[in-house]
Amino acid sequence: MTNFIQQIVSGLASGGIYGLLALALVLIHRSTGVINFAQGEMATLSAFVCWTLISHGWAFWPAFGATLVLSFAGGLALETTIIRPIQGGPLLGIVILTIGLLIAFNGLDTWIWGGAAKQFHGPFSTAPIRVGGVAFSKQDLGVIAVAFVVLALVGVLFTRTRLGLGLRAAAVNPDEARLVGVRVPSMLALGWGLAAVLGAIAGVMAAPSLFLEPNMMQTVLLYAFAAAVLGGMDSPLGAVVGGLLLGVLLNLVGTYVHWIGGELRLATALAVILAVLLVRPSGLFGRAAARRV
Amino acid sequence: MALLSVRDVTRRFGGIVAIDDVSLDVQPGQIVGLIGPNGAGKTTLFNVITRLYRPDSGRLDFEGKSLLRTPPHRIVRRGIARTFQNVELFRTMTVLDNVLVGAHSRTRPFRGGAARGHVQEVLDYVGIAGVAHRPVAGLPFGTLKRVELARALVAEPKLLLLDEPAGGLNHEEVSELGAFIRKLREDFDLTVLLVEHHMGLVMGIAERIHVLDFGRKIAEGSPDEVQRNPAVIEAYLGADASAA
Repeated sequence: MTNFIQQIVSGLASGGIYGLLALALVLIHRSTGVINFAQGEMATLSAFVCWTLISHGWAFWPAFGATLVLSFAGGLALETTIIRPIQGGPLLGIVILTIGLLIAFNGLDTWIWGGAAKQFHGPFSTAPIRVGGVAFSKQDLGVIAVAFVVLALVGVLFTRTRLGLGLRAAAVNPDEARLVGVRVPSMLALGWGLAAVLGAIAGVMAAPSLFLEPNMMQTVLLYAFAAAVLGGMDSPLGAVVGGLLLGVLLNLVGTYVHWIGGELRLATALAVILAVLLVRPSGLFGRAAARRV
Repeated sequence: MALLSVRDVTRRFGGIVAIDDVSLDVQPGQIVGLIGPNGAGKTTLFNVITRLYRPDSGRLDFEGKSLLRTPPHRIVRRGIARTFQNVELFRTMTVLDNVLVGAHSRTRPFRGGAARGHVQEVLDYVGIAGVAHRPVAGLPFGTLKRVELARALVAEPKLLLLDEPAGGLNHEEVSELGAFIRKLREDFDLTVLLVEHHMGLVMGIAERIHVLDFGRKIAEGSPDEVQRNPAVIEAYLGADASAA
């Protein structure tokens, strides 16, 4: 029984990270209509920037703040220089471009910081706390708390502000959005900037438990995709809940289904994607998009 | 001074001249009809006025100032809103969100709440408050037209462009629509430019009518004048009818 609870608690901790990155995927999908395969590598790059600032003697929180600002600027720059020229073309083009960015950022990280894993001391202690035989750390609790705080902010942005409505409108129907007064190009740039910020939060929160190295977020990205699909590609709440559910599911299945174990973890996540797409394509919290033909 | 003044506007698509040297004025407070057979260029003219298309030549003035120097996304802020023939909405969003987006040009970036009171009034006014929280995808066409109208109204336009508002309505609904458009003009202090195929509706409510045919303006006048104009009868019924 203790082991069962332990697996759930550990699952929630890794699920928080999946959820944070899934939130970034949902944000960019909702505000620009794009599936961003480079999201994980953007997160890793941001984590490296934060690590560099800390290793130059900055305290964590100022370094984290500066990283978010730099990531936002980087996201804007990425959209205006690389994405915008092919915006409006076939969606596949942009998706392939994000795969190119994945490879480029990964190479850049290795080139600048090398491939060796680095210790990253986050704001929360990773020292285990034991409650009735179940171990967890402040880091685990911190990640989950951060995921929910970010979720709340994204929720307010999308549903309670003119800016969030403009972001959604620009993604759904750019021509019409322009007619009601939305500056569509600015909205798309903003979408990328905000997604880079959410990625940075995910990267920095993940780094203390995963060790910082250029491939840190690669498998996390796949889990984040599974989480986003599970929760509904357009639902911020779905992304976080999907992440937590997935984390728990993977841990339980890995522990109690012996032929899956640790080796088929990734395959299990992919099976989740497949099952959701077959049974409920809009995900747990997504709205079924009926199309009038 | 005319509220909207279109001067010698031409717009080509490849070899086709969709609008050919068209001029027309819309006076403040009027309901103005824009009619013509299919393909006459009516919707293209709407698209030029709202800057979805740039004219190849000519001038567009609104309240005496050029529209061509206004960036497309600022057109609505200057006071021009429109609806579409086939309804253009944000499909995945709710009725309320669709209408809230319409208030975009009248709200500040991080303030959504301020617009909500006004939006609620307009939802009530056009009779769609009951479906406010439903996604627009899947609602009946008539309801979608109301959503689109509400979205245009919350932008607080001076000039409202209506593209075939009677499309898809039955006989009874069309006569209600005529009275409704008049009431809209009074309640929202609007000028209305209306593209419509339903002649009964246009002739009943428009004070002035412009007729397009193959991209050219062939007639202008009061409903009576236009109905007696030989060029108009020819465009609609063919040369034989006007000779008969």
